[in-house]
Amino acid sequence: MRATAALSGAIAALAALPARAVEPVMHGAQKALGIKQMPWVFLIPNLLAVLLFSLMPVFINLFYSVTGSDRLYPVDRPYIGGANYETLFDCGNYLDPSTCSRDLFWRALGNTLVFVPVQVAAMIGIALFTAICLNRDIRGRGFFRSIFFFPVMLSPVVVALTWQWILQRNGALNGLLTSIGLNRVNWLVFPDSAFFWSVFVTVWAHMGFFTIILLAGLQSIPRDVYEAAKMDAASPWRVFTRITLPMLKPTLLVVFILCVIRSVQTFDELYVLTGGGPGSATILIVQYIYEVGFAIQPRNFGLAAAASLLLGAVLMIFTLIQLRLARGRNL
Amino acid sequence: MSEVAARPVHSAILQFLTRRRGRTRADWTDWLTYAYLFVGLAVMFAPVLWVVLSSFKTPVNLVEFPPTFLPYAVETVEVEGFDEPLPLYEVATEEGETRLLAQIRRVGLNAQMIDPAKPEAGRVVVAVADAKPVRHIQFYWGNYAQLLSTSGSNLWLYVYNSLFITVVATLITVVMNSMAAFALAKYRFKGNTLALVAILMTLMIPPTVVLVPTYLIVAQLGLVGNLWGVILPTVATPTGVFLLRQYMLTIPDELIEAARMDHASEWRIYWRIVLPLSAPALAVVAIFSILSRWNDFLLPLVVLNRREVFTLQLALASFQDENQIHYDQLLAMTTLTALPLAFAFIFLQRYIASGIASTGIK
Amino acid sequence: MKLNAILSGTTLGLAMATATHAQEITILCDDVGFGCSTMAPIAERFNEENPGKTVKLETVSYQTIVEALPVQLESGEGPDGAIITDLGGLSRYYLDLTSHVDAGYFEEEFGRTLEWLRGSDRKSKAVNGMPTSLTVNGAYVNLTLFEQAGVPVPEEGATWDEWAEAARQVAEATNTEFPMEMDRSGHRFASFAISHGAELVDEEGNPVADEGLKTAIEKFVGWHKDGTMPLDLWGAVGGSTHRELFEDFLNANVVFYFGGSWTLSRMDTEVGDLFEWAVVDTPCGPGSCTAMPGGGALVGFKHTEQPEVVGAYIDYVSQPENYKEIIAASVEIPAAGTLIEEGVDYPGASERTKTALSTFTNQIPKMAPAAYRFQGWRYQRAMMNALTTRISQVINDELTVDAALDRIKQDVELAIEAAEGN
Repeated sequence: MRATAALSGAIAALAALPARAVEPVMHGAQKALGIKQMPWVFLIPNLLAVLLFSLMPVFINLFYSVTGSDRLYPVDRPYIGGANYETLFDCGNYLDPSTCSRDLFWRALGNTLVFVPVQVAAMIGIALFTAICLNRDIRGRGFFRSIFFFPVMLSPVVVALTWQWILQRNGALNGLLTSIGLNRVNWLVFPDSAFFWSVFVTVWAHMGFFTIILLAGLQSIPRDVYEAAKMDAASPWRVFTRITLPMLKPTLLVVFILCVIRSVQTFDELYVLTGGGPGSATILIVQYIYEVGFAIQPRNFGLAAAASLLLGAVLMIFTLIQLRLARGRNL
Repeated sequence: MSEVAARPVHSAILQFLTRRRGRTRADWTDWLTYAYLFVGLAVMFAPVLWVVLSSFKTPVNLVEFPPTFLPYAVETVEVEGFDEPLPLYEVATEEGETRLLAQIRRVGLNAQMIDPAKPEAGRVVVAVADAKPVRHIQFYWGNYAQLLSTSGSNLWLYVYNSLFITVVATLITVVMNSMAAFALAKYRFKGNTLALVAILMTLMIPPTVVLVPTYLIVAQLGLVGNLWGVILPTVATPTGVFLLRQYMLTIPDELIEAARMDHASEWRIYWRIVLPLSAPALAVVAIFSILSRWNDFLLPLVVLNRREVFTLQLALASFQDENQIHYDQLLAMTTLTALPLAFAFIFLQRYIASGIASTGIK
Repeated sequence: MKLNAILSGTTLGLAMATATHAQEITILCDDVGFGCSTMAPIAERFNEENPGKTVKLETVSYQTIVEALPVQLESGEGPDGAIITDLGGLSRYYLDLTSHVDAGYFEEEFGRTLEWLRGSDRKSKAVNGMPTSLTVNGAYVNLTLFEQAGVPVPEEGATWDEWAEAARQVAEATNTEFPMEMDRSGHRFASFAISHGAELVDEEGNPVADEGLKTAIEKFVGWHKDGTMPLDLWGAVGGSTHRELFEDFLNANVVFYFGGSWTLSRMDTEVGDLFEWAVVDTPCGPGSCTAMPGGGALVGFKHTEQPEVVGAYIDYVSQPENYKEIIAASVEIPAAGTLIEEGVDYPGASERTKTALSTFTNQIPKMAPAAYRFQGWRYQRAMMNALTTRISQVINDELTVDAALDRIKQDVELAIEAAEGN
């Protein structure tokens, strides 16, 4: 409790400076507009920023997707209609991505649709297990907590380079294997093992964050509930499924949503680690859009924008499903 | 002797591991827990430790296979008649003994060696396979020295820029997001749902995908090459609003009603009541923001076009050029950029963890 | 149209006025070879000799120059000048230096590279910049391994197949891990493809996927399947990512490494006398024995407010004695014709490195016209990217060679179409 107080004290102290400047403005606003309009006054700064830096880019992308040329300013770009969408859908056979002119887009979309569920399941499963372990009365809890959280602080590029260095032919993992008399494996050369390591590395890097949130959720479950279960001599598994999971559900929901968002947006780590290879086995949709619209000259903003809007359509469906799922949870 | 000494140590570890609060004996689940945590310790920490240790390796030590865990330096010896000290090797002779020889030069699978004790005996040709370098653990500071000399005084500038962006963006994020969350959680007003949906919709937009349009807007605002150009586009995090709103929903409305009875202004209610009560969730949002801002790469890469406004991450990227990656300096830089965060975390982790712990984000 | 207006309208007034110092210009460059650090003494001297004019060199990462700079230029931001490597792709932003420098001298010394800087505009006579150094793709060979295997080193004029065969024999005899490696780079592969008769680009600037390219890809993929080349580079990596494994050569894990002149500076420090090595004449294909030229150029940008200073500075750098000084300091091959013929003295380099440099220089006259045409093509990068991406897909059995050829052509055509806005 004291720790929380100290932390909130620190935050308050830091935030006090801008707040002092804002206070008279807010008081004035309340006087002028009345209490009814106050929620809007609170919302305006964030809404403006969202409008300018989140929604506006989406509209610019919409505009890019129906215009051509590699010019940046909308005025310089001629209208080309749905040509970019046609290019994306230009396939010989819709069941086989290799017959598509932009086969990489479809492969990337397909990979993402496999990657996200696998990674989210692995992430939440491992994070939950770790959180349960850390929630026990064990020695060195703070130490282990720090260890599991540590990779979260590394930048994605560093994470990727570190693991690339570990997994390459002459890397540390193979060094370890040869020292115990096993053969070297070229981890990133085979599609399946490259995919496995893509999931592994991203889970490694972000798991700590979710572990800590889940740990917090576990700790908020009142002890007496467990005591009661102990009285009834319930089996550990029963305790877990009947008490822990239901009481953790709200936390799990938040973790799930954040985890899915992060997973869909996975880019930097894999871009550096595998570049989407071998072949296109680990290329994810964000990498595809980045390469088409930014990394490869001449940049094709239009095609990238069209791809991103298609991605947006797919995500929108997922978000709606999520919101529906969440409705029961007072969202 | 050694067995006797080992036993108390062994039982001490056992005692340490099994000592538990509340109960006296450990059951199998405790063993499982410890086993898992130690495997976790190895998997999570070994790569990081390895990076740190590798940053102290010489370029030659860095690329050898099998890679060494610790940084090594080859033992050298002064030999009469040679200007430079020669590296020492342990050579297995045909008779089965080992001799200490100094290597003069190596040509493919063979090496010319000389006995440092008896240089007058002349040169011997030895197969490289029979020679093992005599090495000792040594921390090589050259990578750091080179790093400091190439970035020079700029390094502090990068640290400053990174810190400025991180701190300012996080402060703005926390205040702005919590204001919005407060409005969305604690007021019933027309457009409430609309505003919520507008913010949540942006939750799923990957920043990479809107990189070019975002740059266009930053350029139109005249903020290219300006630290504010990477701060402003990142402050309206929908994740922050979402998390804070979820948390604020759990704050009882009676508190706010009571404050209104006492004629507190809406701002005071927000600032004096809701915000302090949301401290744990604010901590989560703050950590989220600090980590992402500190590690941000793509937007700074396009927006920050001058060296004076570079961040540490951009400086880190300078060690990859068209044709090669300079691992030696990259490792040193990695260690240097991760260190501040590591220290911050070690000192703050109790606060952070207990902060989040008491949220029980619902 | 409206969007732009709305955008400018929303300017919050946060913009800090960019302080324009009188007569100060900024040049972006990276730190490799002919870059900021080797150009710094010249810039200092320029500043001393021209009071009131200041040149500021900004060292940035290569990624900044390749990825961030073009977007900045497009939005009218960015430095006054830079050392760039995408010579043709950025041509619409260049400042014409004709009135600031001795155009005749430039034409004589740098004629070919000046054409590259003009992009697709064949009629232009503009002097769009000063070529800095020339890089040449080439093969490094571990001579010690050859000697130990008792295999003769193939002579000048040997083909790629002969080299592959020899390297395989050496690797087998000496138990070396791999016979051959090549950077995962479309530029490196282009040497191989053009020597097998591939055109890559025709006179009109259209992409060509011909029989020569097909032979090259088939042979190249075959080498990955039979173990002549490791899968680590072209097999394991996807997309447009550049990847090299030159440390395999430094560690004597590979007999033959196809890279380029820029790694020479690493040889003395990291190989030392571990083994004997040499840069050999580029292997031949049925078409030619070509390597690919490459290199950067120091250019000014149109939007600069100080075109005179930019022009004066580039003119200053191009003066023979200044230019020579930078080349010698960066241990690179000069782009200036006279210097290529005369040769440059590199005071810091070892004998071996000097020999290697002259071998690289000797490849210049042997370069095929197709290689030059490809290097100066505005859509070269689109083609190189298509090559790496699609070849990696073929190696991983995602595409057949014929499908890959179609896709390569399609990729580039799409890029051209998109860039030209049709």
